[in-house]
Amino acid sequence: MKAFEYNRAASVEDAVAGAAAPGARFIAGGTNLLDLMKLQVMTPETLVDISRLPLDQVEHLVDAETRIGALVPNSDLAANPLIRQHYTVLSKALLAGASGQLRNKASTGGNLLQRTRCYYFYDPSMACNKREPGTGCSAQQGFNRILAILGTSEHCIATHPSDMAVAMRALDAVIHTLRPDGSERAIPIADFYRLPGDTPHIETVLEQGELITTITLPPPPPGVQLYRKVRDRASYAFALVSVAAVIDVQEGRIAGASLAFGGLAHMPWRDPQVEAALIGQAPSPALFDAAADALLEGARGYGHNDFKIPLARRTLAAVLRQAVEMHA
Amino acid sequence: MQLSINGETYAVEELDVRTSLLDLLRERLGLTGSKKGCDHGQCGACTVLVNGRRINSCLTLAVMHEGDEITTIEGLGTPEALHPLQAAFVKHDGYQCGYCTPGQICSAVGMLDEVRRGWASHVTDDVADAPQLDDAEIRERMSGNICRCSAYPNIVDAIREVAQA
Repeated sequence: MKAFEYNRAASVEDAVAGAAAPGARFIAGGTNLLDLMKLQVMTPETLVDISRLPLDQVEHLVDAETRIGALVPNSDLAANPLIRQHYTVLSKALLAGASGQLRNKASTGGNLLQRTRCYYFYDPSMACNKREPGTGCSAQQGFNRILAILGTSEHCIATHPSDMAVAMRALDAVIHTLRPDGSERAIPIADFYRLPGDTPHIETVLEQGELITTITLPPPPPGVQLYRKVRDRASYAFALVSVAAVIDVQEGRIAGASLAFGGLAHMPWRDPQVEAALIGQAPSPALFDAAADALLEGARGYGHNDFKIPLARRTLAAVLRQAVEMHA
Repeated sequence: MQLSINGETYAVEELDVRTSLLDLLRERLGLTGSKKGCDHGQCGACTVLVNGRRINSCLTLAVMHEGDEITTIEGLGTPEALHPLQAAFVKHDGYQCGYCTPGQICSAVGMLDEVRRGWASHVTDDVADAPQLDDAEIRERMSGNICRCSAYPNIVDAIREVAQA
């Protein structure tokens, strides 16, 4: 691990001031950052420790939003009675990710900012435009079975590894931040992540020193909430394909559909055309197929990951079928 | 810097801030019960309890833990007075080489406390309900601890016995 300067922030204002300079990074749980620092994939010059800041509460405002502090550990968020009852897709997604030990340490804000698990990003001896811009992408001709089929570019086919963020995408979470100049902003999760394009090293719209302070969820949408994760082993593995779904069926027709996908793209993926294909229609295998057609219209495999195209189709159909059965 | 480990206070001078909690325990303080397997949070051999919660001590900086109560395998029991989980692992032969065992036991202590608090898991039918700790629940909740000797059936037996006691 490269040497760095360590500072513990006394307040959120102190934190953003201390991280304003290039080369500075926040550390909260550290479970992803320290892993990458040991491999010298990430080499921050300064770590600003935010782990003791008072951002660890979940607050529910009746008939309004739910506010989640950025430092709420993943395990505590999954176990929160309000989240378990009203935002079950979020609880389920969190519990589908990582291990008990990691969830106890990993923070809500840090989970949103997880780096890709692409093997070539993790290996400093390989070319990777995300780790070292301009060096190329080893993954496209390499072992790419875990990588993206949607929204890729010739520069990067990495996937975002989070389960939690997929559920938050389906729930229309809003990410609240504080910038070093003292200004605050609220970023809908739909606008938070970036596709790789020709700058895959820039993964979110966050600026240097900008701190996630809170994540808010709008009131829970009507319908059943499901999270289905397909992976290489039954526990403690990243998603090959995952689906977060909030599906409402009224009088035999789909009245509401919110669907987000993990394992397919550089960001939690959501496509309004998929939901438009479903809403107002009577559920049927043909309808689910049409929704999958909409989802996978622009999909492209890179060899090892070609299987994700039919797998995403089947996983989406299975989730929709289950949602409809739960209404019956 | 002062650290509280197994109820004792340790003064640590001239600490390189890069030092993981695991390396501090093993290399500076001689508490070699916690084991280094992968050093990347994948195997669970380094599991310790911080303020009663199980974490991977390899993936956290020692300097971040001033004031925390840290419990390692050395703080759970002694050869003369084993912790119930240590006794159950011996009784059920929950290991072969033993390298993962301290992490398995610290993890199980933290896991059983999570169950007592009513936390659901990935295999709980309804996440809004309090879980019943059957074998599928034990296996899911212990998936962050790898045993290369594959003593899993006996590890599950040991944990189940303590959970039901």
